[in-house]
Amino acid sequence: MPLTLLRYGLSGKYPARRQFTETKPLKRHYDLVIIGAGGHGAAIAYYLAKYHNITNVALLDKGYLGGGNTARNTAVIRSNYLTEAGVKFYRESVQLYQNLSNELDYNVMMENRGQLTLAHSDSAIRSFRWRAEVNKHLGVRSELVDVQTIKDLVPQLRISDEARFPIMAGLWHADGATARHDAVVWGYARGACSRGVELHQLTEVTGIKTSGNKVTAVETNRGTVECGMAVQAVAGASSVVADMAGIRLPIHSFPLQAMVTQPYKPLLTPHVSSPHLHVYVHQTSRGEFVIGGGSDPYPLYNTRATLDMQESLAAATLELFPFLAQAKLMRQWAGTTDMTPDYSPIMGKSPLDNYYLDAGWGTWGFKATPISGQTMAQMIATGNTPDLIAPFSLDRFYNHRLVNEAGATAASH
Amino acid sequence: MKLMHCPLNGQRNISEFTYGGEYHPMPNPEESTVDTWIEYIYFDKNTAGIVLEWWCHTATSYWFLAERNTITDEILRTLPVSELKKEPVS
Repeated sequence: MPLTLLRYGLSGKYPARRQFTETKPLKRHYDLVIIGAGGHGAAIAYYLAKYHNITNVALLDKGYLGGGNTARNTAVIRSNYLTEAGVKFYRESVQLYQNLSNELDYNVMMENRGQLTLAHSDSAIRSFRWRAEVNKHLGVRSELVDVQTIKDLVPQLRISDEARFPIMAGLWHADGATARHDAVVWGYARGACSRGVELHQLTEVTGIKTSGNKVTAVETNRGTVECGMAVQAVAGASSVVADMAGIRLPIHSFPLQAMVTQPYKPLLTPHVSSPHLHVYVHQTSRGEFVIGGGSDPYPLYNTRATLDMQESLAAATLELFPFLAQAKLMRQWAGTTDMTPDYSPIMGKSPLDNYYLDAGWGTWGFKATPISGQTMAQMIATGNTPDLIAPFSLDRFYNHRLVNEAGATAASH
Repeated sequence: MKLMHCPLNGQRNISEFTYGGEYHPMPNPEESTVDTWIEYIYFDKNTAGIVLEWWCHTATSYWFLAERNTITDEILRTLPVSELKKEPVS
């Protein structure tokens, strides 16, 4: 890498290198069609191409590469969940993230910041103690910390008995991290395209043709393509696309709003989250404070921002960080969270033989990008469900084996 | 401030209301299987478009139905439960 960089710097012409495939006509047939070129879709394509030698693949997106919820999430990476299935799954993902820049030869700007979740009540402390023990048992770094430790970790926090909801304790998760979300999808897509995968942007899937219990072709605004298999990775539109294949999912799509301030000098290292106040805050490497919260109170397929949410997020943020009172907001936006009843994804086989689901990514999609790509690729290549994602199958609703992931963000509906 | 028309209380701020899920007729308990009930409980259509939903005016615990466009966020109409046609078992 450094040699390439040196040669590039000395070349004098600075030629831009193409990272993704040029748009060309769709072929008549692909072995696999991936619907959705976000982080998950691109990661599935990457792992299939690199580790399973499956490259006759079309990666379709109705918009642009990584332009949907991959661009709209708040880029929090953590594994301090509560269920065994959840902790194991996200733990693997955090580990893959740690080495992702090397894996992709692409800087995803991974930063190990740590994450602090705040307790404002006795019951929250009890649940944090539970979470910390489950995490430690499964090899994830989490610990219950007292107010003095919180002061040391985040001296900027307002810790006062005068507060409406005084901070009583915290859950410190040293494995918490962040990465540049765009870079993650660009890196995966570049790695996939360089191995023969075709990226087709502005290619909207409008229908899915089936014959018997199999998908035979995918209809798009640019023509129909036959496929040996298809997988959907369309967070925010999971129900709509699954419906085209005649599949109904236990999902409700809610907007989740976030906003950023203008940039300031670096002064807040960890992520700070308060489930009680429905807010989480961290400072990006650019200096902006990112502020996110719970999902909207009712479902909507629309990424509009509301003044109500801006007010409540600002109020909660100022409870924790009063020094931001004069900060100016630069942007406010929403992503669409596909919420499942048990706050866990729906991954793996569908009722159709050759159609796979990567859906239900509520508020946990970005952090799961590498492991979803890896396990879905394994499943598509071998036909077997990897142990890590077996608990997340669609069947669980019929077998009464819901995962009940109470450690999820926005687990408040 | 977004307003919603409550059949009982008139125009109110939408923050006074609680969303209660898509409206589905309840399956007939005499004839339905366990899977039918599972689908009734968990599997909604999650429609992108016009949908009939349960809403509650929280302050007065008044449940009613609303027709809403889930793409544009427009509330098209609200109606009391009594206006629903009689379902086989409801």
